Amino acid sequence: MTTSAPSGIPAYTDYATGEPVADTRAPAGPIAERWDTRRFEAKLVNPANRRKHTVIVVGTGLAGGSAGATLAEQGYHVVQFCYQDSPRRAHSIAAQGGINAAKNYRNDGDSVHRLFYDTVKGGDFRARESNVHRLAQISVEIIDQCVAQGVPFAREYGGLLDTRSFGGVQVSRTFYARGQTGQQLLLGAYQALSRQIAAGNVELHPRTEMLDLIVIGGRARGIVARDLVTGEISSHFADAVVLASGGYGNVFYLSTNAMNSNATAIWRAHRRGAYFANPCFTQIHPTCIPRTGDHQSKLTLMSESLRNDGRIWVPKATGDTRPPNEIPEDERDYYLERIYPSFGNLVPRDIASRAAKNVCDEGRGVGPGGQGVYLDFADAIARMGRKAVEAKYGNLFDMYQRITDEDPYRVPMRIYPAVHYTMGGLWVDYDLQTTVPGLFAIGEANFSDHGANRLGASALMQGLADGYFVLPSTINDYLARNPHQEPVDDGHPAVQEVLAETEDRINLLLAVDGDRTPDSFHREIGELMWEYCGMARTDAGLRKALARIPEIRQEFWRRIKVPGTGAEFNQSLEKANRIVDYLELAELMCLDALHRRESCGGHFREESQTPDGEAARRDEEFCYAAAWEFTGAGAAPTLHKEDLVFEYVHPTQRSYA
Amino acid sequence: MRLTLRVWRQKNAGADGAMSTYEVDGISPDMSFLEMLDTLNEELILKGEDPVAFDHDCREGICGACSLVINGDAHGPERTTTCQLHMRSFEDGDTIDVEPWRAAAFPVVKDLVVDRSAFDRIIQAGGYITAPTGSAPEAHATPVPKPDADAAFEHAECIGCGACVAACPNGAAMLFTSAKVNHLGVLPQGAPERESRVLDMVAQMDAEGFGGCTLAGECATACPKGIPLFSITRMNREFVRAARKAR
Repeated sequence: MTTSAPSGIPAYTDYATGEPVADTRAPAGPIAERWDTRRFEAKLVNPANRRKHTVIVVGTGLAGGSAGATLAEQGYHVVQFCYQDSPRRAHSIAAQGGINAAKNYRNDGDSVHRLFYDTVKGGDFRARESNVHRLAQISVEIIDQCVAQGVPFAREYGGLLDTRSFGGVQVSRTFYARGQTGQQLLLGAYQALSRQIAAGNVELHPRTEMLDLIVIGGRARGIVARDLVTGEISSHFADAVVLASGGYGNVFYLSTNAMNSNATAIWRAHRRGAYFANPCFTQIHPTCIPRTGDHQSKLTLMSESLRNDGRIWVPKATGDTRPPNEIPEDERDYYLERIYPSFGNLVPRDIASRAAKNVCDEGRGVGPGGQGVYLDFADAIARMGRKAVEAKYGNLFDMYQRITDEDPYRVPMRIYPAVHYTMGGLWVDYDLQTTVPGLFAIGEANFSDHGANRLGASALMQGLADGYFVLPSTINDYLARNPHQEPVDDGHPAVQEVLAETEDRINLLLAVDGDRTPDSFHREIGELMWEYCGMARTDAGLRKALARIPEIRQEFWRRIKVPGTGAEFNQSLEKANRIVDYLELAELMCLDALHRRESCGGHFREESQTPDGEAARRDEEFCYAAAWEFTGAGAAPTLHKEDLVFEYVHPTQRSYA
Repeated sequence: MRLTLRVWRQKNAGADGAMSTYEVDGISPDMSFLEMLDTLNEELILKGEDPVAFDHDCREGICGACSLVINGDAHGPERTTTCQLHMRSFEDGDTIDVEPWRAAAFPVVKDLVVDRSAFDRIIQAGGYITAPTGSAPEAHATPVPKPDADAAFEHAECIGCGACVAACPNGAAMLFTSAKVNHLGVLPQGAPERESRVLDMVAQMDAEGFGGCTLAGECATACPKGIPLFSITRMNREFVRAARKAR
């Protein structure tokens, strides 16, 4: 793609294109029948034999928690890991808005096919149709399952479930539990998991972080993990490994992810052979609380359900510093309502985020540094009354007030986009199996269902679909076809090698004893990524980042300072070890963004836009998922394309006007 | 802002701990309490000292990881989680005491980090509804009156942080346990296990070494999610009802 580096070593951007990759697990035939067909074709494991199989699950969020509980209910021996002190704290807990399901309780024209259609379209035609259709089918079962577990969804006075509408769709299919839907769904999964822990079917390792994958004979056979309290590094073996470790948004330093959410599990798996798909597909969420200064450690999301009743605006004039209440109506620009009259404030996230960036770039942003837009509830309060607004959004308003010290009932909120979700992840087939046999990836850790942009309230749906229903069906097939794997222990040379590499890396981090903290490097790589691989990307900018990342990596290994030892509770060491992986992942994200010379969903290349500034896809060249194969640290990876075929939803240029 | 911090330092569970004093400067009122501690830790690392260990994760008040006793109050002076406490709640020149949760059932892991796994074991003892995946009836098969659904939600909001235990003069875990008992007990789906749930969870709570409840009410005052004190009296009623039935 470009010329080689002067030294003669192939440049990172000189990637090779290898054999295409294809999903061979989704059956042919009508899309609505594929999941039934696959479940029938999948081999089963005799219930009496299941307890002889061990499955490792990494992560206890919606995907991991539900998968661990369900596999254990089926009779498998589950060994589960989380870095938190309790499985209940996984970051799914912070999801606010809701969970989609094609129940059509509102009789407003919803159906499985419409949810499928909306998700494919919302993802800007970069997701696999078979997977998305299955997701829509399963959505209805998820709600049933969660209600049975005691999830206290919002209800109408008649006792039936309430729903609301969410960005990018025109039906009310989002079920919710005030602004804490993720919390309630996660506690449901956590409680189901707790029941299995008590029954002895799940062996839980809290405060334990996966640091590498053990592959033997081409199959995933276990992991290497570090006990975060004692520092002990140990190996754990299984017949299959499931990664449910979430997304990698923290590569940007500032994001709505939890502070300790990280990419290490999936990146280490990638280094051991799992392809990484569409790493540049990042979702920037439009409604976050703007940052207040350099001390900022993370950003807080305000549920986009606020866009149902709040109106987004900026002053018409640039540099207007009057307080919002003093700006008369005719000097305000409700820009989303103006540009997208039919969807208005409810356009998909990527469009709302980019529009906010554009008005701020024009100098019309509000608040400190001009990096914010107003989200105004004055009209909603006048229309519905303060009480109704309070009932619907009270906890979000409280949270906003606590953080900003401003009263959103009286002064419009200020919001700005922030990194929120990563659509990319480990490449998986219809069975959610990666390119390493026996290694599965579920939830945000995989790439499968959201294409280039995820619709609101679909992450919870996907996490639970994967964990409760998809994986527990498909993993049977793998285990049934590989019933007698050779026993492994620490003496195996492959295990020795992984253990030694892990210990070497930890020791090296401690030995450098430089003059820069882990956070200083995290902040530096994060700022670089936000600048060049954030809301708008260009060829020149991405090349700049790609030139800079190897330099930061070198500097990291020269100047990192990690106090203490490896044999103790050492949070600096945890951080530094995660940054090692960010510094490689960031490079792949930039390369992926550089190679995809089109705009689609959350990936906006300035060179590829329509005359009115919307994302312009280039289907003839880029209608594929980009699955990258690791070839060595800093070495150019190999690209494998999965061609995307659209039999049911014909790709059109997305239009929300 | 310039502040003096007196922080509990303890190398590990087995070691003795003590308060250490640190000065921090250049603190912005917009910082969260944890961002203030980040600032201190950055300085400590560069000075070659061991940074202060504390639990934290989501930093938006929902994961329940953060857990500091600030000037004697669980989560500090505002009714919120430590991560949502901002430095504007303090004055320039203040001296601030920072300690871990203090409770027999929450042993210190390091510095400000404690082991709250006892909470997980209370949930494991019965804090769930038995509904294996795939067994669920249609969601609308059982309507739930809105007041019941709202009551269940009010109790389900508990984030398991442990502030109730830290604030309690007896180190009791009644508010935590009762929140789950009431969340599930008020729903029709939770009815079949109503008796065993409260009996088993209370038995586990006692086995973990939490103190007895004297209805001091400190728990409900400290709870960042506003779990009400009547949650405990309701659980007591549930317990007596279940115990009688079991006899």
